[in-house]
Amino acid sequence: MTPHAPYQPVFGAGGEARRELDELIPRYPRKMATLLPALWIVQRERGWVSDEGMAEVAGLLDLTPAYVKGVVTFYTMYHQHPVGKYFIQVCTTSPCGICGAEDVAKAFLRHTNTGELGVTSSDGRFTVIEVECLGACGFATPVMINEEFIESVTPEKVPDLLARLT
Amino acid sequence: MGYPHQPHQRETTVLSRYFGVAEARTLAGWKQRGGYQALEKALAMAPADIVNVVKESGLRGRGGAGFPTGMKWSFMKPGDGKPHYLCCNADESEPGTFKDRELMRWTPHALVEGCAIAAYAIGAETAYIYIRGEFTEPLHWMNEAVKEAYAAGIIGKNAMGTGKRIDVHVHKGAGAYICGEETALMNSLEGRRGNPRIKPPFPAVSGVFGMPTTINNVETLIAAIPILMNGADWYKKMSLSNPKSTGTKLYSVCGNIERPGTYEVVMGFPFRDFLYDVCGGPLAGRKFKAVIPGGVSVPIQTMEEAEATLMDYEGFVAQGSMLGSGGVILIDDAQSMVAVIARIARFFAHESCAQCTQCREGTAWTTKILERIRDGQGTTEDLDTLLDIAEQMTGTTICVLSDSCATPVVSGIKKFGREFEALIQSRSFHPVIAAVA
Repeated sequence: MTPHAPYQPVFGAGGEARRELDELIPRYPRKMATLLPALWIVQRERGWVSDEGMAEVAGLLDLTPAYVKGVVTFYTMYHQHPVGKYFIQVCTTSPCGICGAEDVAKAFLRHTNTGELGVTSSDGRFTVIEVECLGACGFATPVMINEEFIESVTPEKVPDLLARLT
Repeated sequence: MGYPHQPHQRETTVLSRYFGVAEARTLAGWKQRGGYQALEKALAMAPADIVNVVKESGLRGRGGAGFPTGMKWSFMKPGDGKPHYLCCNADESEPGTFKDRELMRWTPHALVEGCAIAAYAIGAETAYIYIRGEFTEPLHWMNEAVKEAYAAGIIGKNAMGTGKRIDVHVHKGAGAYICGEETALMNSLEGRRGNPRIKPPFPAVSGVFGMPTTINNVETLIAAIPILMNGADWYKKMSLSNPKSTGTKLYSVCGNIERPGTYEVVMGFPFRDFLYDVCGGPLAGRKFKAVIPGGVSVPIQTMEEAEATLMDYEGFVAQGSMLGSGGVILIDDAQSMVAVIARIARFFAHESCAQCTQCREGTAWTTKILERIRDGQGTTEDLDTLLDIAEQMTGTTICVLSDSCATPVVSGIKKFGREFEALIQSRSFHPVIAAVA
């Protein structure tokens, strides 16, 4: 969806997302503790976390939109703008870096025609970013494509990995 | 791929015994392998007795700091009328470390069991397992395990039919290295920015939601299971010399080495044998140049130091470094130490939460200067500047992220200064001279 389309609430009454959030709230002594999980639900449903999404969550959890934005901007995994259908994160932190991770990142940039880190390809399919330590250093280079975690990626494997994606 | 791999004959697989065994992931498979017997045993004991067994075993925190676990648990005062909480730190983000990931993806029920035991021991009814958001596979298996354990009545309002309430919840992080710092994790869990808090108050007094809280690493909590089953003496004996470091330790091995992966050896194992025998030594035609033995926050070791190291808390310190998280990173002779250290600094600059000036500015400037040297634009004064900044970054901030950035810089310059100097002397362009000319 584009950022200018009218906002459809994620947590509409009776909906699945609302049920999910309502189940989470009793796990914590304060409702605010469900803020990160609620934002994850927004991102899952909408692909990113818009200002309207933040405002909706703020309303549900008795927080201000500014507070929610402050939290969103702290964490790297919430997208504050739309990203490609396939969001590709390549770990290039030191342990992977010394095993050739930069070449893996370059291969993704080349084969997705994005050309530059953080830029979405013109067909809207791909965004490639470098990510700090994915915590799978023994399987250099780990790559995340959306929720899928792929180990031991080399530049040679990149075309095949991309060919699987629709 | 690291798994399934056959354990090396010199490994002692206590916690990693079922790595690669898919059936151990399910409740039925876990029970077949003796799962939840330790919890059953624990629930029949007095909480103080559990704390004493763990104290007696000598178990120390496996997340990096090495604090005695039993003592940490004993800080939780019973009968203070406040709700107690257990947090499990599964925000494993220290570069070089991936042992908790293996524990959670292969033996998720072990963590549920470890959390339930610890929660009961510290008088908590609720345990939160905070898992970093990038760990999609561990998150999946942990959620499944928790669901299965609830359905079977192992945890919940009547845990194993004892009438005791033990809730275990998985909480997903959202991308921030600093949330592995205990107070930052608590802030994050509460729905805040993950800024570390000033201590004191310590978590045992005022932790998550302002209540007494114990926070333990994944490996630490799982280690409590065999300790309860086999006794403190059995655990203490798994040490090759030093009575202050007991049991087995998981090491994540990565970088320029023949067989990267997760290994488990007893405390005091010779590091030389570990690197060259257990992990297969350097890649063909290469030589090891340096080791970072405990995640990028610990001092870099020369090979001379590494080969003289006995792998335990004191052993690494005696040879100029720290056990840390057990994330062993091998750097071979094809790598530039300056480039490696510059990349480490960039990591810390990216991950600084920016609330303390020394860290926010220090990590950024350290990165800038190191990258300048790496690119052949450094000056001799740069090394002094780096050391000066490092000094100001050490011991001056709320948490130790700042110190962690300074550590590899200082140890790198001290031990591999020649590489820095060679790059500086070979620089092709001097901005001042170029401007004058």
